[in-house]
Amino acid sequence: MSTFDEIPKTQQEALRTVVLWLADDRLIHGHRLSEWAGHGPELEEDLALANMALDMIGHASSLYAYVAKLEGREEEDYHAYFRDDIDFTNCAMVELPRGDFAFTMARQFLFSVHAFLLYQALMDVLEDEELAGILKKHFKEIRYHLRHSGEWMRRLGDGTDESRERVQHALDDLWMYTGELFTSNAHIEATVRFEVFTDPATLHAPWMEMVRQVLDDATLTMPDQNQYMFDGARQGRHTEHLGRLLAEMQFLRRSYPDASWT
Amino acid sequence: MSSNDSTEWPLWEVFYQPKNGKPFEHAGSLHAPDAEMALLNARDTYARRNEGIAIWVVPSDQITASTPEDAGPFFDPANEKPYRHPQFYSVPRAVKKRS
Repeated sequence: MSTFDEIPKTQQEALRTVVLWLADDRLIHGHRLSEWAGHGPELEEDLALANMALDMIGHASSLYAYVAKLEGREEEDYHAYFRDDIDFTNCAMVELPRGDFAFTMARQFLFSVHAFLLYQALMDVLEDEELAGILKKHFKEIRYHLRHSGEWMRRLGDGTDESRERVQHALDDLWMYTGELFTSNAHIEATVRFEVFTDPATLHAPWMEMVRQVLDDATLTMPDQNQYMFDGARQGRHTEHLGRLLAEMQFLRRSYPDASWT
Repeated sequence: MSSNDSTEWPLWEVFYQPKNGKPFEHAGSLHAPDAEMALLNARDTYARRNEGIAIWVVPSDQITASTPEDAGPFFDPANEKPYRHPQFYSVPRAVKKRS
């Protein structure tokens, strides 16, 4: 039985659901970014990618700590290290292999626009002051990720023939994973009903607008909106890539559960 | 260093202001394709540990520097003119405290 067989029945359960998938998105995306450490195209960009990875893993960590508190757990590691892929609620976009630099930046950009709008909406909806404080802190870094990745979209798109071709391919490949960011399911409906979340569909129009603006600047072509869209990762139906990512990420902690730094 | 036919990004010098009202200090240098990216790279390279409140980036080749040979004519004459230094005056205690 996976976590998803149970629809949230109380406001607290609904809140837990939302915070957990926010955290899962950030942990998995952060891990993918961390794979660039030492492989960045330039020293400065290597640092930038590692910074963003640390930012996102930091976001995940504070959100897992919040969930752990709701559940009465002592520490947040459980959610990161002791769940299987079917229990992760991250969107599929963040688990795809890191690809080339254009792919990484295109994903960062599409994700950051969504994060920007999502956090704005959440900071409006959520009443819990502790959580609102956590989100407010993350939001500053999200604004930076958006700026950094947006500037790269412009430079890659309006750059050389090769950079343009690579980033256009990346967008085309990523597009089928963007639908999931705006679709609902029984869990998300419950979170909306308990007023801890806004209908994800309402984020779609402003997301398209912000993405379109940058792609126009970058002289890139908006991919076809009416294509097959991947769905189901938020309910645990992931791509084959997540299992391998988790195998690497969780191996040490699972093999030596009592290991410590000292 | 000539960067004309190099495939490397141009070099930039980074300055940061530690506090309001304080002068900008040199932090180091970095490579970036243009000014906006230089600013972002400066943030990632030099501003991660609460170093300051503002950043300047300047193309390194826009800085005109003195050469080692200039050191004599530029700096030596000052050695014989100690009266140019203000240390012969006693500084009021209130002023000392502030600095």
